[in-house]
This record gives sequence, structure tokens and C-alpha cells, in this order.
Amino acid sequence: MKFDTVADALRNSNTPQPFSELGLKPDEYERIKSILGRRPTSAELAMYSVMWSEHCSYKSSKVHLRKFGEIKTSKNVLAGIGENAGVIDIGDGWAATFKVESHNHPSYIEPYQGAATGVGGIVRDIVAMGARPVAVMDSLRFGPPDSADVQRVISGVVAGIGGYGNCLGLPNIGGETKIHASYEKNPLVNALCVGVMRHEDVHFSKATGEGNLVVLYGASTGGDGIGGVSILASEVFDETKSAKRPSVQVGDPFTEKLLIEATMEMFASGLVEGIQDLGGAGLSCATSELASNGGAGMRVRLEEVPLRDSDLSVEEILMSESQERMCAIVRPENLEQVMKVCEKWGLKASVIGEITGEKNLVITWNYQEIVNVPPRTVAHEGPEYQRPFVMPISNSKGHTPCTGADFGLKSENLKEAILRVMSGTEVADFSAITDQYDRYVRGQTVLSANADAGLVRVSDDSTKGLAVSLDGNGRICAIDADLGTQWSVLEACRNVAAVGAIPQALTNCLNFGSPEDPEVMGQFVAATNGLATAATALDLPVTGGNVSFYNQTGETAIVPTPVIGALGVIDDVHQHASSEHLDVGDVIYVVGELLEDLSGSLLLETMGLSESTMSLPEISYENEARLITVLPALISEGLIRATHDISDGGLVTALVEMVRGHRSQALSVVPDDDVEPFVWAFAEFGGRVVCVVKGQSVARFEKVADERKLTYRRIGDVISSNYAEQALEIRGFCQFTHEELIIAFQKGMLLKH
Amino acid sequence: MTRVGVVTFPGSLDDVDAARAVSKAGGEPVSLWHDDADIKAVDAVILPGGFSFGDYLRAGAIASLSPVVETVVKEAAAGLPVLGICNGFQILCEVGLLPGALTRNAGLRFVCRDQRLRVEDVNSPWLRNYYVGQELVIPVKNGEGCYQISKDELSELERSGMVFLRYIEENPNGSLADVAGVRNAQGNVLGLMPHPEHAIDVLTGPSTDGLGFFSSIVDSLVKAG
Repeated sequence: MKFDTVADALRNSNTPQPFSELGLKPDEYERIKSILGRRPTSAELAMYSVMWSEHCSYKSSKVHLRKFGEIKTSKNVLAGIGENAGVIDIGDGWAATFKVESHNHPSYIEPYQGAATGVGGIVRDIVAMGARPVAVMDSLRFGPPDSADVQRVISGVVAGIGGYGNCLGLPNIGGETKIHASYEKNPLVNALCVGVMRHEDVHFSKATGEGNLVVLYGASTGGDGIGGVSILASEVFDETKSAKRPSVQVGDPFTEKLLIEATMEMFASGLVEGIQDLGGAGLSCATSELASNGGAGMRVRLEEVPLRDSDLSVEEILMSESQERMCAIVRPENLEQVMKVCEKWGLKASVIGEITGEKNLVITWNYQEIVNVPPRTVAHEGPEYQRPFVMPISNSKGHTPCTGADFGLKSENLKEAILRVMSGTEVADFSAITDQYDRYVRGQTVLSANADAGLVRVSDDSTKGLAVSLDGNGRICAIDADLGTQWSVLEACRNVAAVGAIPQALTNCLNFGSPEDPEVMGQFVAATNGLATAATALDLPVTGGNVSFYNQTGETAIVPTPVIGALGVIDDVHQHASSEHLDVGDVIYVVGELLEDLSGSLLLETMGLSESTMSLPEISYENEARLITVLPALISEGLIRATHDISDGGLVTALVEMVRGHRSQALSVVPDDDVEPFVWAFAEFGGRVVCVVKGQSVARFEKVADERKLTYRRIGDVISSNYAEQALEIRGFCQFTHEELIIAFQKGMLLKH
Repeated sequence: MTRVGVVTFPGSLDDVDAARAVSKAGGEPVSLWHDDADIKAVDAVILPGGFSFGDYLRAGAIASLSPVVETVVKEAAAGLPVLGICNGFQILCEVGLLPGALTRNAGLRFVCRDQRLRVEDVNSPWLRNYYVGQELVIPVKNGEGCYQISKDELSELERSGMVFLRYIEENPNGSLADVAGVRNAQGNVLGLMPHPEHAIDVLTGPSTDGLGFFSSIVDSLVKAG
């Protein structure tokens, strides 16, 4: 194999290099030359190009993400932004970690593997922190499901998430799936993983201790997921060789399961000093980040990397994104034990290098230097752009609320409007999706699909539970990315509170179009502002996140889609609320403050009445924070039979979703006299939750709510019914049978059984 | 205390759940390793659910060749009670301890749902706490749960009460005759696709209907011993 050495680079300093094909700008290439004091070798060029890519370096977003690190909160953050995943203290010596990552583009090209490896990647991030992964969740966006191509994507993505997660043995505890035309050729696949550990088990990806060994273990390295680097390998070094390989990675969940168990065993026995998973940019990323984080030098012998394909060039080995690999820093005296653990789990492992007292990361191939770089310049000191941006015009300062009457909607058409919203894709029956995911494995799942938030018990010997919700709302973020993001944060927190947990931390996955478009960049900046505003107001840390740019088809960007993850803690998992339980004689309340406003609502979008000049209502954080705090207290007192957050589709949708699993009960409710019926049924702001209160607890419920100054309104009762009869009665207006509702839900199904 | 071995293969997933269920039923779970033929003198063995060896080749095919299974086969002939759940059922069929085979679900998709079932036979130490005709709700979650067997063998199974568990209302995977579980003629070896270990606590499962498998074996062996 021909390869380019540091000596070659010094000797032939003017060799032309294909930096622009690798995505580097001329000034970035010049900067690499000035860092090194010579031209990079082709291996170095490959490393810099991929590590300085938008995906790895966050070069367009970094300046705007710093504000998350500056948020002051009272919460105990054990590891924050910059680590593989943020870690928070959840009490009693337990810690939790969670993170979301996007795998949008691969999932359009190859839906099954794209989605599968998205799950695999985020799980390894959690493992790298020292945590046992305990659950996964996903937030998905597709185009309208009536086209064959969208069906290809939906069914592939869902099968991929299931295929990987089920085989890996992690329960899927929920998520969301939404539809918009802008996602037709650019679906969003955002996967979340949550992990649990004891405080003393938190690990950081750091290479420290001169003489310690770098051990690569897991799958062997192949030519998958190399993407742009194959340009370099094929065009520069071997023009005869076919380097066309799939650029979407291929996942092997079985190996990932072994990798998790082996890593857990190494952590438990104290065998590793630091660990890093191999994800985007493969070995280039893992070695440079470990060295940079530890402030150490490292020598790597690339020929020690176990290969699946002996034809790989050195550049390809460095860039390969073969899945299910980890890199550990091990003291020499622990090596034998580490190798034994790997052997027990049937994993390949090899020592590929060691920590040195030097400053640089040096990589050799057959004793010749092919890389000699300061690791920080690769991993952490990449370019940083102040991209020009145009802040979207927010009409929200002079916001005027709108009602059904403004659009000529008449109350005699209320039933028709309700059925139309219920027949849409947002309120559909998602069981053909969620039934493909194992929600039971590990035996700790308390709530999953159809619940406001997923809920898992921390361990068999604890009563603590972790609640997680993932929420994004492109519809309102398209109107106002800043306020829309704030409302999304509130929705995620409310969902967590609605099951009885107190929110403790936020994470995010920010999906946008091209950052080179100043308007898209403006939406992005507005969304980061919104997230920081909401996090500050709610006293919550943003413990990590992910940015996905270039989500667009041609010149058309997706609607801005910041997806927010909220993690909450419940001290006694037995005292949770679900949205499912109803009993005849229970009383239905709505808690929280109604804003009499249909702006940004699913109703207007469904009826084709949404206008681009619309604005969103401002937020009263005092009211919102009160709801999020008081709700878990009411639930932990055992007063509440069921809760359900009011979001897309408003109150009527929440009620219908609560009654749809029932055959012998119905909800009978009375609209407020002083509120327009369409607003009563469909308004989505402010934060409100339906609470079904046990008959005997009504007095106590109202007393506590009064004491805590929580706004509530009693709207009706749970009554007995049967399948042939009504499911929902809106007194004075209309009623719906169970059958009518089921037919409606099936119309919007994205996948058929 | 009744000692119940739970085997871990590479890729086993519900081993912790099976061990938890044994504890909850008052037994002592004993962890067994696929590569070790020693089954530590346990009183009964559970082959748990999961994707042993990634389900590569065929679900259960590679696991059926492991040293621990060799011992289990030998001891089962001598009367050792063995329960195979999901992937464990697939392994028991592969190794010939139970008749029939499990193939891809009729819908070609993985299915996870709370399944209604009916107990058809209780002649087994794993079933003494159930009664014939009892209806249960236990989760199913599998991609290859479609039970297949020849017509003649099926009528023989039916005649001798070896089909001990059947799907009712909806068949989740296209199994012949709605078969959800079968036992051997002696009744000591049982395999089923549903996951009783996920129905032992209403906090984390749809019911406690699955606990009976574990309490049955504990009670049977205590009383026998």
C-alpha cells in the first residue's frame, strides 16, 4: 500500500491536495498548514477534514451554544456540555445521563441502517460516561405518508429502530412522530438514550497517565461509513482501486450488546481509566479527543487495528465509521484482565498505542509517521464561524390572540372540526409503530408508548424513577423559532411533570436547514435563545445536545425543528400518574392558565387557516413553573387517577386520547360559558394538563390547588358507557361514539398493521 | 430454597428479568454461563428470552450447540425441569427437547403487545398454580414466534395435552392452531413465546399472571423435596 508520511510532507511540500473535495475551505487548509508548519500528510488532511466538518466541530453553532453552559442553575450537574453526555445528580448516590442525537441524512438514504446505527451511536455515548443504558426513545419526522417513498422511509426507520433496540435489549419508552411536507426528502431521526449509574461510576473520556495503553475493542474496522474520505483514498493514492463503498454505516446490535456488557464489567472492576466510543470520524475522533481531553500525547500504531478488509488505506482506517467499537485507556497492569473480559464476551481487542509524555498525537504505519499533530487542534480548536444571520421578525410583541370566529368557524361545525383533527396524522393510532418496539425488557418500564413521558425505575432496590419526554413542534417554531422553542421546552417539562416527576435537566437536538442561509441561521440563533431563556426561567441545566444542519431539499429548508428532551425524577415510582386510568365517578379538571388563542394550533393548520404572519403568545413563566411544580405534588399525594398534557390539538384531543383505550367509560364535559367553543376545544396555550381526580379526593385536590395558587377548572365527569355508546360528550354541542373516534384515529395511521 | 438456574448466552436480554421473577416467587436464582457445562446442581433451569448470538443463522440455532445446553439436554432426560421463554423456546425446539419450530411472524414484523392467553393443560411442575381454562394477560415480544409443525404431529400434541398455552382473541404471529406454548410428554420441559417474567408486578407489567410459572416450580420442588 502506498501511503504519505510526515517525511514525504516535508520533502514534497507543494504536492496539491484535494482539500476542497474533502469539504475544507482554502483558509481552513491554510490554517492546517500553519498549525503544522508544513502541508498535512494525506492522513492528517483526512483527520482534519472530518474533525473540522460541521458534524464534528459544530463550527457554525459553537458560538451560539456557549450560552447553554452559562446558565446558572441550582441543580447538581456532575458532567455538562462537552462530555459524551451530561450527567446529573438524582439523589441517594444515583446519577442519570441522557442525550439525543440525529441520524437524519443516513436515514433517508438507507432508512433501516440509518436509524439502527443512530440508536447504536447514542447508546455508546451513554456507556462511555460509565452508565448502564436503561432506555431509548425517539423523535421522528416524515413527509406525508401517502407517497411510496415516504412509506419506504417510515417502515425502514421504524424497523431499524426496533431491530437494533430490541436486539440490544433496551426498552423503547416512547417518543413522538410527526408529519410535515418539508420532511419528505429529509426525514428526521433523533434518538435518545438514558443511562443510570452511581456517582462514583461517572467516567470521563480522558487519556492520562504516561505509559498507559490505548486499547481498541469491539467490532473490527471495515470500509463502511467513510463518506468523503474515499475521495482522497481513491483519487490520490490508488486510481485503479474501487473505493466506492456504502457511506451509510451498518449496525450489529448483537456486538453492541456484548460491548455494553464487557464495558460494564470493566468499569465495575475498575479496569479502565477513560473510555471513548467510536462514532462519527471513528479513530480520528476517538484518539484526538482522548488525548486532547487528557492534555496528553499519544502514539498509535495503526497496523494494530483489527481490519475486516485488508485493502483499506491508512486514511480509511482512520476515518472508518464502522460501528460497535470502543477505545479504552488501560494501565499496563490491568491489561490482562481487560483482555480476559473481552475474550469472555467474544470481542476482539488490541493494544493500538500508549500515552506519552510528548505533546502530540503521533500515528505510525509500519514504523513510519503518517500523523504528527497537536491533538487539541484536531479535536477542540477547529474553526469557529460567526455566520451571518438574519433574525426572524417576531410579531409576538404585538401579538393579538385569534379565535374561531376570526376565521368564520361556527359552533354548529364543532363536531366536524373535531373529527377532522382526530383524523389527522398527529392524533393517529401509532400502535403499528410502537408495537414494533420492545418496551418490557429489563423489567423497569413503568410508562412507555402513549404516556406523556416514559418512566423507568432506577433499579430493583430503589423506588426512584426517571421520566423522560422528547418534544418538538415545527409548526409553532416556523411561526416564531424563539418563542416556539420556549413553548417546546415547557411542553417537555409539563409531560415529565404530568407523570409525577420533577424536571431536572434538558437536552436537545436542533434540526435546521443550511447554516449558510442567513435566514435559517437566524432561526437557529432564535431557537438557541429560546432554549436558554426557558432553561434559565425554569432553573434547569442544558446538559448537552446535538445540532443537525443542512436538513433541506434543494433550496428548501425543513421547518425549524428543535427537539427538546426533559428528564425528571420521581422519588417513589409507585406514585406516578398515567393517562390511561379512568373510573366512573372520577371528576375531570383542567389545571393551568388558558390563553384564549388559537394561534399556532393544530386546528388552524388542519383547516388550512394558518398564516405566515401569525405570532405566538408570550409566556408567563410564573404560571408555567407553578404548574410544573405543583402537579407532581398533587400526584404524589395520590389524589389523581390520570393526567394528560394538553398540546397538539388542544383540550379536546387530550380528552379523546384519554378515553380511546376504554370501552365502558365515557367523558362528559361542559365547555366554559365565557370561552368561544373552538378556543375551548383547540387552544394549545398556555401550559395546561387534564387531571382526572378520584371522586373522594375532590375536596382535598381543590384545597391543595388553592393553597398553591394553581388555576383549575372542573369541566366534567367520567360516566359509565359501553362500546356502542358515547365516548365523549361535550354537553350542549356534540357527542362521539367510541367507534367514531376509532375510525378517525385509523385514518391518520402512518403505517398499517 | 429452590435453586433455579438462569442461563446467560451472549445476547440474552431477559435473564435479569427471569432471575427477578424467581426471587419474587421465593426461589433462589443461580446464574449459569453458556460456555460452562456446569449447571451448579440447580433444581430447575430457565433459558431466558433475548437474541442469543444475535439470532444469527436462525433464532436459537447457535445457542443450541453451547456446553450448558448439552448438560441441560442430558439432565432434562433425567427429569430436570426446564423452561424456555421466547428465545429459550426457540433453543429447546432447535435442540429437539420440544417438537416443532418457530419461524418469522406472519406479519414479518416484530410484535410487542399485551397478549390474552388461555391455559390448556397443567400437567407440569411449571404449571401447578394454574388451572385449565384460566385466561391470562402476558406480554409477547418477538419477531420469530410463528409455531410450525406437521399436521399429524400437531394432532398428537393436542391429543396428549402438550399444547398447554394458546393465544386467544388475536394471534400475534400466525402460529399454527394459535399455539403459544408446548411441553414435552413428561411435562418437565416447557417452552412458550410469551414472557411471564414481564408479568409479575403491575408496576412494570400488564398483570401478575406470569408469576405462576415461577411460583409453581418453587412450590413443586419444595413439596417434592
